[in-house]
Amino acid sequence: MSDTASPRTRSAAWLTLPSLLLFAVMLLTPLSLTLMLSFNEYDAARGATGGFTLSHYAAIVSDGYYLEIFLRTLRIGLITTLLCVVIGVPEAYILSRMAAPWRSVFLMIVLTPLLVSVVVRTFGWSMLLGIEGPVNMLFQAIGIGKTRMLYTEGAVITALVHVMLPFMVIPVWTALQKLDPQVEQAALSFGASRLTAIVRVVLPQIMPGILSGGLIVFGLAASSFAIPGLLGGRRLKMVATTVYDQYLHELNWPMGAAIAVILLIANLIVMLTCHRVVERQYRRRLG
Amino acid sequence: MPFLELDALSKHYGPVKAVDDVSLSVEQGEFISLLGPSGCGKTTTLQMIAGFVDATAGRIRLQGRDITHAPANSRGLGIVFQSYALFPHMTVADNVAFGLEMQKVERAERARRVEQALALVHLDAHAGRYPRELSGGQRQRVALARAIVIRPPLLLLDEPLSNLDAKLREAMQFELRTIQQQVGTTTIMVTHDQAEAFSVSDRVVVMQSGRITQIDTPYEVYEHPASEFISRFVGKTNLLPPATDGGPQRHVRPEKLMLKPAGQGRADATIVDRFFLGSQWLYHLESPLGPMVVVQVNDGSPAHPPGTAVALDWDDAILRTLPEGGR
Ligand SMILES: Nc1ncnc2c1ncn2[C@@H]1O[C@H](COP(=O)(O)OP(=O)(O)OP(=O)(O)O)[C@@H](O)[C@H]1O
Ligand SMILES: [Mg+2]
Repeated sequence: MSDTASPRTRSAAWLTLPSLLLFAVMLLTPLSLTLMLSFNEYDAARGATGGFTLSHYAAIVSDGYYLEIFLRTLRIGLITTLLCVVIGVPEAYILSRMAAPWRSVFLMIVLTPLLVSVVVRTFGWSMLLGIEGPVNMLFQAIGIGKTRMLYTEGAVITALVHVMLPFMVIPVWTALQKLDPQVEQAALSFGASRLTAIVRVVLPQIMPGILSGGLIVFGLAASSFAIPGLLGGRRLKMVATTVYDQYLHELNWPMGAAIAVILLIANLIVMLTCHRVVERQYRRRLG
Repeated sequence: MPFLELDALSKHYGPVKAVDDVSLSVEQGEFISLLGPSGCGKTTTLQMIAGFVDATAGRIRLQGRDITHAPANSRGLGIVFQSYALFPHMTVADNVAFGLEMQKVERAERARRVEQALALVHLDAHAGRYPRELSGGQRQRVALARAIVIRPPLLLLDEPLSNLDAKLREAMQFELRTIQQQVGTTTIMVTHDQAEAFSVSDRVVVMQSGRITQIDTPYEVYEHPASEFISRFVGKTNLLPPATDGGPQRHVRPEKLMLKPAGQGRADATIVDRFFLGSQWLYHLESPLGPMVVVQVNDGSPAHPPGTAVALDWDDAILRTLPEGGR
């Protein structure tokens, strides 16, 4: 951007004021309060007592218990993102290839998970996957036998993928909409197989869409709360459920705040890294 | 056996007959132009040959093989799309190399041929750029290089030179003609520029609302158009009254009319306006026969100013009548 802003960009800057204000009040205030809280001293009898200490951060970094929770969160977040890419990208591609009336019908179906409350949806999964649930009945019928699925990482990931899929499909679908279908045809005309055309010509063009979808999914999955809370149970904790426990069960607010801050920073690092990659790789080519 | 044969080919979009009952035989090594006004079905015809639009009816045969419904990637044609359809995420060189890569041409040979093709379209200096960093005409030339580099048996060009300046366009026309003559590539080029169609093609196919209305050599199309529409589409024309009462109307091209001093021709006329075309002067005249246009070679002598009284003269041998029923 140049230093001499045109009148147009200056008035545009003014127009962002309301959203900036909203952003400052609703996001920055609680964030800075959380940040301050995370440095407060804590006393089991009296709760947060003010003062300044790094002990909570030190405890998180040195205690294997927290490390395990962070690693599990990272793992679940990454696997969820990966599965969303593997399922969501082909789904979006097929959707974009459908004929007119079906396309919007199926797009609606893809979006339905967003229309149902996350709690209701998660209870649905816990009924499905329960020890007496339909999935186990099916397993028994085909001779696999009863399997404990609830309160496993598998259950959490399954439910997360289900909820997050629309956040993958929508950006990829948008990217696909912007493609010139003739470019793919050009690849075919030079003798490329359908698969080659997709891998060499379509995928590179929608990579920014896949990356931004991946970022959204990873961010939401890594900070998800209701699904690991209901399907992961008491022992399979993720970061967000741990924060909740610290606040409401242990009543150790500063510790909860410190964990939340670390999660935020970790998420930010992942996002900014991806953003840099996109900038460097695709800005020049795809604009 | 013709190299390419379109047999009663049609493409209908609901009630819209984009292409209607088109039949055409193309010999090996021929240069064919599809000429016609916007929306007459040129692109649709080309896309059916390329395999991107499925024909509603009719057959396409390439070297005797029926390819009407064959997949596009089995046809091995070189195509320049009207919208270029370059790969936006690849450099110019990678774009041009793509077809060779698909043909599994080995690396060194590939690089050599890419370089050659880019030199041919005067883009050797831009090999490392991405399409969005090029001008419209440069993109068009990348598309052209990408199609000719694979040395296809059949080149399909959809207005491949429409965005080039006059000089570059002429150079590219010359290159296309050379490739066709040296390699023997059969070429079908879509254009709505009659001068381009005339200068490069062996035969011109005139299309009009989805149908072919004339197939002839450029000279025949210009001198003996099949209808008044074609006559006016490929050039300017003057209507003269019938020689005998009830006879056919006669046509004469503006460059075949002569301007004489007033009273010395076959009809009096007054110059209304004049346009300088560089090598020629274009005059609009008013005469008892109606409005007339005359083109005169710019031989260096001063042009007639508007208002000048002149006379029109012509040689009866160059008057043309249009075939009966010609629209
Ligand atoms: N997908 C489509 N659906 C409906 N009508 C179409 C479709 N594609 C083309 N047409 C119609 O078919 C006719 C022929 O189109 P085509 O693109 O072949 O024209 P063209 O001769 O290439 O024109 P131009 O010189 O402007 O490129 C047009 O009237 C167009 O509106
Ligand atoms: Mg066209």
